[in-house]
Amino acid sequence: MTLAGHNLTIGYSDRVVGRGLDVALKQGEVLALLGPNGGGKTTLLKTLLGILKPLAGEARIDDRSIQAYSMRDRARRVAYVPQGHNPTFAFTVETVVLMGRTAHGGLFSRPAANDRAVADRALTEFGIAHLKERPYTMISGGERQLVLLARALAQEPQFIVLDEPTASLDFGNQGKVMREIRALAASGHGVLFTTHDPNHALRAADRAYLLRGGERVAEGAVRDVLTRQQLEALYGAPVETLTDPATGQTAFLPG
Amino acid sequence: MTQRLLPGLLIATAVLAAGLIVAFAIGRYPVGLGELLDVLWSRATGQQPSASEATQNVVLLVRGPRVIAAALVGAALAVAGAAFQGLFRNPLVSPDILGASSGAALGAVLGIYFSLGIIGIEILAFGGGLIAVAAVYGIGATLQSRDPILILVLTGVVIGSLLGAGVGLVKYLADPYNQLPAMTFWLLGSLAATDAADLIPLAGPIALGTIVLVALRWRMNVMSLPEEEARALGVPTGPMRIAIVAAATLVTSASVAAAGVIGWVGLVVPHLARALVGPDFPKLLPTCALLGGGFLLLIDTLARTIAPIEVPLGILTAVIGTPFFIWLLAGMQRNWS
Repeated sequence: MTLAGHNLTIGYSDRVVGRGLDVALKQGEVLALLGPNGGGKTTLLKTLLGILKPLAGEARIDDRSIQAYSMRDRARRVAYVPQGHNPTFAFTVETVVLMGRTAHGGLFSRPAANDRAVADRALTEFGIAHLKERPYTMISGGERQLVLLARALAQEPQFIVLDEPTASLDFGNQGKVMREIRALAASGHGVLFTTHDPNHALRAADRAYLLRGGERVAEGAVRDVLTRQQLEALYGAPVETLTDPATGQTAFLPG
Repeated sequence: MTQRLLPGLLIATAVLAAGLIVAFAIGRYPVGLGELLDVLWSRATGQQPSASEATQNVVLLVRGPRVIAAALVGAALAVAGAAFQGLFRNPLVSPDILGASSGAALGAVLGIYFSLGIIGIEILAFGGGLIAVAAVYGIGATLQSRDPILILVLTGVVIGSLLGAGVGLVKYLADPYNQLPAMTFWLLGSLAATDAADLIPLAGPIALGTIVLVALRWRMNVMSLPEEEARALGVPTGPMRIAIVAAATLVTSASVAAAGVIGWVGLVVPHLARALVGPDFPKLLPTCALLGGGFLLLIDTLARTIAPIEVPLGILTAVIGTPFFIWLLAGMQRNWS
């Protein structure tokens, strides 16, 4: 399956954010979306999720417009991991993850035993089964991000779309989330995430999509696209490259 | 915070049971627990009770309808309050804040002004509540803002005061000897005039609205998340919101039409219920219903026994609700900072 945008014009009723955008994500692949603030990353992400209607062009799952799916059918194919937030009510971690099962039940139903089994597996997958009974409001930011990842996995989608999954996480948790993103792709999910850190894209993504001022600057394999020149052009700021002589791995520093 | 269902539900059931016993037993004509059970048991089984006829009359005819009405209204306001709080992702929202009560109040005083019967008053009260909430919600949604919740609450305050002006106008125009006392009495909230005939128009809409809310209990959990998240989880938020608002307003307006404006129950009881069983709606709704019913039974018993004359319910709930609300604000402040 492929989640794709064809010649998308994205934005809101009173404001066009981006034009002429083509993007495609296959199952088993990780795509990182990079670009300066206000460049249209989140808008593109919401358009591909089907939450926002494109102003022109079409977002599709395979050959079918994403707008042609019901909310429920769409949620069974594409899951959304928002930025970690602090919800109003102190739901338990288990309840939050079970909310991922909503699209698998009827309008009047509540999660059943098999849904609990799926939620348990998702919690175990991310190593947070011990948090099950804890209120979601009382755990750390890193744990919350893992809970939201578990909820997305419990949704049993083919694609998972994450909005800045590493923002506001400590160093260790950033690495953990990157590893989990790789693991999700290894288990056959197509993963799309936005990030402000090119090193995260380099670590976790197969391909990168650079977006500036609502236009695509470059797209391709991370090694080809994420270069000093490209990043300097993308952010309009000097960038320094570090290379580990032993492994040949590169990293970028804002100059 | 405990989130276990059984202990919480047991406490809520105990509150309702205590409310029922106290409401039947206490009053100008005290009824012992043994007599009460005797009358109710023989009524249920069709046997001849051993209690005196006066006791039977007090239990079945005088206090019976009022007890049922108090339990229903308390349960309804608590359930509606929980629904509104979840839907608007704000623990400080209550049916009053969204204008359902003031809309229903305007409808009801108009009904009294035009000398309509209980059904007419109830229809006007229900319509008024629904229109008021729809207006508040519509205006709040149109005024796009960084803080939609704040806009919503402020819109509710504004529309509420406009409706209050409407109520004032109708009272000003009303016949001061017959209609005005009826309106004043009604606006302060009371179950004193409740008789058996009031129970059907009260119970019907409450049952209907509650069934809808209970049916959507899991969806209501998801609806308490940010809009885009709920949609990404597969919930069509627009139609769902309309269904929940309509059901909660139906329940609120039926209560207001029968008992007048009783504030605070819809705000205070859901908080107590969440403290018992957590915010998960499948657990929260039954706990709210039991606790709300018990709470209003206790308040109503106070209303008819603490003074030689009946104290209006709205006054008692406000005396209890205001300090609770202030305590709540103090707690919220700590969480936000």
